[in-house]
Amino acid sequence: MTEIADFHAWPDAQGRFGEYGGIYVAETLMEPLAELTAAYEKLRNDPAFIAELDRDLKYYVGRPSPVYHAERLSRHVGGARIVLKREDLNHTGAHKINNTVGQALVARHMGKTRIIAETGAGQHGVASATVAARLGLKCVVYMGAVDIERQKINVYRMRLLGAEVVPVTSGSKTLKDALNEAMRDWVTNVTDTFYIIGTVAGPHPYPQMVRDFNAIVGREAREQVLEQFGRLPDVITACVGGGSNAIGLFHAFLNDRDVRIVGAEAAGEGIATGHHAASLAAGKPGVLHGNRTYVLSDANGQIVETHSVSAGLDYPGVGPEHAFLKDAGRAEYVGITDDEALEAFHLLARTEGILAALESSHAIAQAIKLARELPKDALVLANLSGRGDKDVHTIAAREGIEL
Amino acid sequence: MSRIERRFAALKSAGRTGLVPFVTAGDPSPDGMVALLHGLVAAGADLIELGVPFSDPMADGPVIQHASERALAKGVGLANVLAWVAAFRETDAETPIVLMGYLNPIEMYGYAAFAEDAVEAGVDGVLMVDCPLEESHVLEPLRQAGLAQILLASPTTAEGRLARLCEAASGFLYYVSFAGITGAAQLSTGDIAERVAGIRARSKAPVAVGFGVRDAASARAIGEFADAVVIGSALVDRLSGAASAEDAVGRARDFLAPIRAALDAR
Repeated sequence: MTEIADFHAWPDAQGRFGEYGGIYVAETLMEPLAELTAAYEKLRNDPAFIAELDRDLKYYVGRPSPVYHAERLSRHVGGARIVLKREDLNHTGAHKINNTVGQALVARHMGKTRIIAETGAGQHGVASATVAARLGLKCVVYMGAVDIERQKINVYRMRLLGAEVVPVTSGSKTLKDALNEAMRDWVTNVTDTFYIIGTVAGPHPYPQMVRDFNAIVGREAREQVLEQFGRLPDVITACVGGGSNAIGLFHAFLNDRDVRIVGAEAAGEGIATGHHAASLAAGKPGVLHGNRTYVLSDANGQIVETHSVSAGLDYPGVGPEHAFLKDAGRAEYVGITDDEALEAFHLLARTEGILAALESSHAIAQAIKLARELPKDALVLANLSGRGDKDVHTIAAREGIEL
Repeated sequence: MSRIERRFAALKSAGRTGLVPFVTAGDPSPDGMVALLHGLVAAGADLIELGVPFSDPMADGPVIQHASERALAKGVGLANVLAWVAAFRETDAETPIVLMGYLNPIEMYGYAAFAEDAVEAGVDGVLMVDCPLEESHVLEPLRQAGLAQILLASPTTAEGRLARLCEAASGFLYYVSFAGITGAAQLSTGDIAERVAGIRARSKAPVAVGFGVRDAASARAIGEFADAVVIGSALVDRLSGAASAEDAVGRARDFLAPIRAALDAR
């Protein structure tokens, strides 16, 4: 196990988190990425930019989001106290807006007039369309044809916000293919176009930039838990697809060595069945979408199709910083099955009156497992990264209910 | 002197422009692949770029993406590609072959194992689309084994990097003639002539120009100022409908013949 002195010191100048991350892209993108890195480095230390971002987060997104002690859920589980970071209460209903608000400001500072984005479940697409509408930027969202079919409401939301949604029919017609297509668009239109990547993957500086914009989740939660409970949590957990909400929560706690960190990946129908999206728990280091990280690929190195009941976790890679945290032993990554996530969804709904997104339900399921193993005075903090309204149709269909 | 260097030296002394066709391994047919490679040489290829199919070809346009998907559907993997190169080498010891593709298949094969097997099969170099110079430390075992690492330069490449690319170039330097994906748009050759001349003057290796070359006229225009011309999507597109291995060879011949003639006529 590598000894890491300061987990906040990454990535390095090459955009690497240990051996992960980096810039694995076509030559044509090297200069645009260098320009983006330079612009972002300047802005992230610019007091005027920080003030502008803080203002947007407060008055447009509605931050800070509360930390909520789920007492009835905790009592029902019969173990430790479960505390939820309520990112579901943000404008547009998920943590995704933290990042799109930030990147849209970077885009405007760089003089870009056109925003492109990829989306799986549609949450990042909606969050991108939202900020584009607000800043008067043209917005094109790439979305797999399969995902368009399963997330019709979000597709319509994006169109209402003035975005063009482009169906992607190559490969598995899901998130990874949408990302490929957005990259192709960016390669072709780099002069006027800003690519808002929705997760902590992609080439440097994206894993860092997306993390920085989401890190407010953990910074707030750390202060709020200290204030409400007078101590740090014993363990924190979040769902991991690409890993943006998870790194957002984890980052502020990385140097608090006594706080255990657990990421919940989508185990789908069970890791042993092969129908899952657990890149860290079941994958191997490889190269995908511009960075070195854990990927799910076959013996020939072809990226495999993944499965999860939640479209937002249905991704065969994962952010490189998570790969780094796994190898360093700082965070554990475990699988939560579709069934476990759905059970947690229902339990949270009935005990607390909160409909969690199916993605976030994986974190709730993991929090319940952890709480069961811990004494009653222990504290488990889970990121409730998004609200479940978008998933109501999926859940009904799965349970054989016609709406 | 490597096979690639010998080939470019021969082209230079003959005053000819190299013709570099690209085909996707296993497309249009795995069984006809070795015959197709020989067919490309018979049609005038000086060097062959052989695409290794990948599930997520980020930098490729629809034509090569679909060729990749067709090959993958037939189960083509890196081991097949190496076996075809080895079979080709049984009767052609002179035409260099460069594998073009993405890192993950080699990553899973293992860099050291791949380097050994590729050299054994008769591969001369690799062009990894998603491995820029900055990350090319991972390819060290390949370079150690004698494989050329073909680097790319593009219109967006800044001066400082271009100097480093010219210095590090081995085999040949591949100049991507415009910012975009493979197979897109038409070329305006006037814009790139000056840029390529500047690169040729500095590069330690010959310069091949690709992206957007689709017929005799565009090949000839590029041939005015490049050491070699790469032609990919337009050829792959032409091969895609082939009814048989013989048909594919015939299509390659009919497609490349006028391009070869145009390059030789200048």
